[in-house]
Amino acid sequence: MNRNPREPSAVEFGAEFRRFSLDRSKPGKFDEFYGLLQHVHRIPNVDLLVGYADVHGDLLPINNDGNYHKAITTAAPLLRLFLQRKEEADYSAFGTESLTRKKTPAALAAVLLRPDGNRKKPPIIISLPQDFRPVSSIIDVDILPETHRRVRLYKHGQEKPLGFYIRDGSSVRVTPQGLEKVPGIFISRLVPGGLAESTGLLAVNDEVLEVNGIEVAGKSLDQVTDMMIANSHNLIITVKPANQRNNIVRRGGRDASGSSGRSSDSGTSFYMASNAIAMTPSHIIQNFRPEEEEDSEDEEDLVIEGGGAAIPIGHVAASAGVTCSMPSLPRYEPHLNLRTSNGGMAASASMDTVSHKDQDMEVQAVARRSLEEDGTVITL
Amino acid sequence: MKILRFLFFFCSFGATLMFQASLSLERNFFFFLFLTVEHGFPNQPSALAYDPQLQLMAIGTKSGAIKVYGAPGVEFTGLHKDTAAVTQIHFLSGQGRILSLLDDNSLHLWEIGGKEGHSYLEEVRSFSLPGRPGIESTSATRVTVLLLKLNLDLLCVGTEGGGVHFLQLPTFSLLDRSLFHDEVMQSAPEEYKCGKSLGPVEALQEHPQQAEKILIGYSRGLVVLWDLNTRHVDNLFLGKQQLESLVWERSGNTFVSSHSDGGYLVWTVNSSTPCTHQPTTSTIPYGPFPCKAVNKILWRTTETGAPLVLLSGGMPRASYGDRHCLTILQDSTHVTLDFTSRVIDFFTVHCIDQEKEYDDPTSLVVLLEEELVVIDLATPGWPTIPSPYLAPLHSSAITCSYHISNVPSKLWERIITAGQSQSDWPICGGRSVAPESKQKELLLTGHEDGTVRFWDASGVSLQPLYKLSTANIFQTDCDHNDSLTQAGEEEWPPFRKVGCFDPYSDDPRLGIQKICLCKYSGKLVVAGTAGQVIVMYLSDEKSDHMIDVATVDLLQDREGFTWKGHDRLPPKTGSVVFAPGFQPVVLVQCIPPAAVTAVTLHAEWNLIAFGTSHGFGLFDYHRRAPVLARCTLHPNDSLAMEGPLSRVKSLKKSLRQSFRRIRKSRVSGKKRAVISNPTSKVSSPQSLFSPVQEANAQLAEQDAEMAPVQRRIEARSADDSLSGVVRCLCFADTFLRDGTHHGPTMWAGTNSGSVYAYALEVPSQEKFSEQSVEAVLGKEIQLMHRAPVVSIAVLDGRGNPLPEPYEVSRDLAKAPDMQGSHSVLIASEEQFKVFMLPKVSAKTKFKLTAHEGCRVRKVALVTFTSVSSEEYCENGLVCLTNLGDIHVFSVPALRPQVRYDCIRKEDISGIASCVFTKTGQGFYLISPSEYERFSLSARVITEPLCQVDVDRLHDLTVLRYSKLSHCLHLQFEHNEVFSCVIKICSSKYLQARMKLGRGGWR
Repeated sequence: MNRNPREPSAVEFGAEFRRFSLDRSKPGKFDEFYGLLQHVHRIPNVDLLVGYADVHGDLLPINNDGNYHKAITTAAPLLRLFLQRKEEADYSAFGTESLTRKKTPAALAAVLLRPDGNRKKPPIIISLPQDFRPVSSIIDVDILPETHRRVRLYKHGQEKPLGFYIRDGSSVRVTPQGLEKVPGIFISRLVPGGLAESTGLLAVNDEVLEVNGIEVAGKSLDQVTDMMIANSHNLIITVKPANQRNNIVRRGGRDASGSSGRSSDSGTSFYMASNAIAMTPSHIIQNFRPEEEEDSEDEEDLVIEGGGAAIPIGHVAASAGVTCSMPSLPRYEPHLNLRTSNGGMAASASMDTVSHKDQDMEVQAVARRSLEEDGTVITL
Repeated sequence: MKILRFLFFFCSFGATLMFQASLSLERNFFFFLFLTVEHGFPNQPSALAYDPQLQLMAIGTKSGAIKVYGAPGVEFTGLHKDTAAVTQIHFLSGQGRILSLLDDNSLHLWEIGGKEGHSYLEEVRSFSLPGRPGIESTSATRVTVLLLKLNLDLLCVGTEGGGVHFLQLPTFSLLDRSLFHDEVMQSAPEEYKCGKSLGPVEALQEHPQQAEKILIGYSRGLVVLWDLNTRHVDNLFLGKQQLESLVWERSGNTFVSSHSDGGYLVWTVNSSTPCTHQPTTSTIPYGPFPCKAVNKILWRTTETGAPLVLLSGGMPRASYGDRHCLTILQDSTHVTLDFTSRVIDFFTVHCIDQEKEYDDPTSLVVLLEEELVVIDLATPGWPTIPSPYLAPLHSSAITCSYHISNVPSKLWERIITAGQSQSDWPICGGRSVAPESKQKELLLTGHEDGTVRFWDASGVSLQPLYKLSTANIFQTDCDHNDSLTQAGEEEWPPFRKVGCFDPYSDDPRLGIQKICLCKYSGKLVVAGTAGQVIVMYLSDEKSDHMIDVATVDLLQDREGFTWKGHDRLPPKTGSVVFAPGFQPVVLVQCIPPAAVTAVTLHAEWNLIAFGTSHGFGLFDYHRRAPVLARCTLHPNDSLAMEGPLSRVKSLKKSLRQSFRRIRKSRVSGKKRAVISNPTSKVSSPQSLFSPVQEANAQLAEQDAEMAPVQRRIEARSADDSLSGVVRCLCFADTFLRDGTHHGPTMWAGTNSGSVYAYALEVPSQEKFSEQSVEAVLGKEIQLMHRAPVVSIAVLDGRGNPLPEPYEVSRDLAKAPDMQGSHSVLIASEEQFKVFMLPKVSAKTKFKLTAHEGCRVRKVALVTFTSVSSEEYCENGLVCLTNLGDIHVFSVPALRPQVRYDCIRKEDISGIASCVFTKTGQGFYLISPSEYERFSLSARVITEPLCQVDVDRLHDLTVLRYSKLSHCLHLQFEHNEVFSCVIKICSSKYLQARMKLGRGGWR
């Protein structure tokens, strides 16, 4: 992966483009990098808001060592940076929405380079989250009983493991015959640093009731395991949290039926185990976009048109015969070298070039990640 | 629930006929799950019986099943209600009735009944011997031996307590005239009494000439000739040795007793002397050193010479005490049949005509724990007779199986010629009335010892046709076998190896992993554990030639990998003689020599494809040239290189750990014992701390044990171990590169959900020698869910699977539709998906795991033909899951049709062994030695239909309580509408059979 110690980066400022290289193995501190940017663009005393485009085309901020290193590691090998004057900055540009649906840099640039007059007042900034892609959400709050929680984990494109374990157990249910002990499936462990833990929406001893809309009652631990793994790219689990104090209580008439003790600590605060982020229930469903679910629901397998990846024995294979072949890694190398040699030149580029670069970057990313699922069919 | 489902089907079937209903309604009657017949050798047999009049043989098993066999195709199965071992079986000779004794001391009477021209076996009566009043111990009335009087009205029951009871047959009414020790001892001389008990009754034999007299043998050695009518001891034979068995000589003048010291005694019956002290002769055949008991002895007179003595056991304790032997003695001829498994029981087929003077046995039938051996006693040298059924499938462990439907008669005949010829089978009672199967079906089993066995699977009896050994292609250590047997002839006892059950493999690398046969060209590909892929062709001539060897490096210069597993098998150098049959064309060896995981053959293109855990290769066996090799290893996969040996190491490690755990718990147990002793507490002050420490340790230990089973939830990733394993390969003539030109393609699927599709340039037949085959990667598909790809199949424009090679060119199948767009069906462990070709865009899919929580184990494309019309058929995707249930989906719409529970989910080997036929039948192993055959198609059912003519008064018809659940054989009229009632019964039959399957597998 680290075949190129020199890291070319295209930096964009206003309509100005700079291209320079960094040593990937020694990225240094954010402050140094910030200084470098100011130096490269010869704007030593201007406050900047630094953003970058990640592999998904999302515009994400760089404002500390952590996300700076993250940005460097996602460069493959090109890293596109977007610099904005702090006073002109449009914070709403950051996030998933920014680039996922309007992936072309043209659109991105349009967002960033909007004439000042058209811009609305920037919203109140609470904080700049490190990573703006959704990692989890609580869904279907309106249709589920208050005691249940439906959690969606976005494994999609994440390096982070799902990071939890389930076990057999038994729970007590109220039935017409009275209390009855029934077998159930429970979360037994959360892996530190895993997706499940980091969301704070799942906890040990939460009872799993459904997996992607299918009830687990009557299913064995192995069956439920298989179901979860089969849905792992877009896992929706309905749990009955062991800790019932943090349930979302709906406003309105039905609230009266809920216990009054509960409603006291609900409302605007929502407790999260690891990183307590205050958000209102209305916020919780905000990230969830139905059309996005459709997309990931209709998972796409990656199809690569034939290239010379396999080496036939005894004779050289006739060239792939596909007009636009997906270049395999070795083949891509000369092309890559060419770019590296150009890398040193600071050149202003037209939008077209940028768009080309962007595409290359995407292709490169896919190749590097050895054909990991990406939700994209690559037919060039 | 099952019954309901069946009912539904029958109803809908009726409706179909009545209303001339649409095809969609009729669909319900395509499918059907019906366990039809078991093939192979019953697991854990425990009893044997023979009816010389009807010429039927019965075998009882430890799971409580009774299986009756006659002529090939004649089979009955009965299952006791309780899963108790069958300890004895007796035929009520000529009546078609069977008496069985179970381990739980209950007697059961079975009857072969007739219904609509077919016979079946049902239980009509059962009886438990009551405890003797005043004696608490139940073992006293435990039945040790049974004697059925020849006129079949009286059953004598010998017990552990030494009593003999008499039961009226067939009513099982206990007659009030039991015989106990005291009555016998009255006549014994004083010096024999000496206060010792006579012990259990060991043998009961009816006098061959005088029906009222029976011979009773007691464990202590006393034998009594008892007159039933006068209730009087006729003769006493004062044996001193512990008795094992008794047998009369045909004349009734002498009898023979066998004993625990390995000897047998011949006694003369002399009515003038009521008390015989000494036997006429006394022999210990394997003396003089201590010998094991002679468990059973038979004495058969022959017209031509000396009597034939057959005895089991009696081997010298020190030198051959562990052998399973049966000795045949006649004059100076002495043969010690040396078996590989325990002798359960044996009988001879001999003349039963009362008028004849001699027994003149024609054959000896020996039931062993793992096989049935029949010896021809009429032919000098006593050769074995190959059995047409009850074949020990597991003679070497089955490693894979492969089924071929509709075998062309030409190939069939050639295979039969190559195999052994069948001689006369002595057990030929009853007659099969099942219709001759329209198609010839072959079942090929690959075994651990490198053999491939060909079985006739067209009918009820799975008959061995031909055995192919691949071991002779390689240099192995097992070549010195011949010299050993020759040396063996000189030694004493004169051992003769008999039977084919041999569970010990000479070299595990020889094991067969995959088989593929082209039924039109007679080409066979056999692939094994050490990466060997052998291409063979069927030759009618003996041949003597060198073996062509080619190696294919599947690593393709991938660095950083070293193979730590076994070496490849060294092929024999120089020319090798091959018998008529399948002879090798070329041997391809994969490097590294990992077990072959997938293989396929296209005889028309002269290509084979094979895959291992490292990659796959394509080989042109006509030019003997490799075409392609592709490494599928993921860079992070280290386990792929370990080979099987290191896994053995880890097993060792885990064993060691578990032993440590046991030792630890033992140590702590001792500690507890010490603490409970107050003196030690005082003596060592340190032990004062130990209770707390120990309690904590115990708690921790308990916690460790109590820790619930948990499962990690993680998405599959490319780094998962063994992700590069090639799971399936297929050849197809289809559209890969564009929608207008079709051509040969090759598809490979891996464990990590990758599919590689290659376009092949295959030269035409004429140019085969000049031009080489070329392969170009056309498509690479990465399934997003990354589950292992279980199967790939290409469907034509009408959605039908492509025909097999040669089928179209020889006008044996309709040409596939090349106009409409083709599609490829990819079945992974988690879902099925149909992609359009050549674009590979998803068309239909079914996510099985996400819906049901089960994973796909086996899939097959099956043609279901309608019951009412042969013209109408549909394609179905049949899938067996890890939960043992079978799902049927429509193709290519992938709509779920039906689901059945088939195999228990705990029965992993059963699920792994399952193989489907193209017509909707299937086989799976219910024990190491038995295949269960089942049918999903309502049209194609293979089951025993047979008839036995019995000669008996129909006195039992009144007594018979006809419980449907006992009705274990029911016939099927497939095209009859009005057999609904019978079919509902058959669901009970099914349940009973399921129970049998459960009990039979240990």
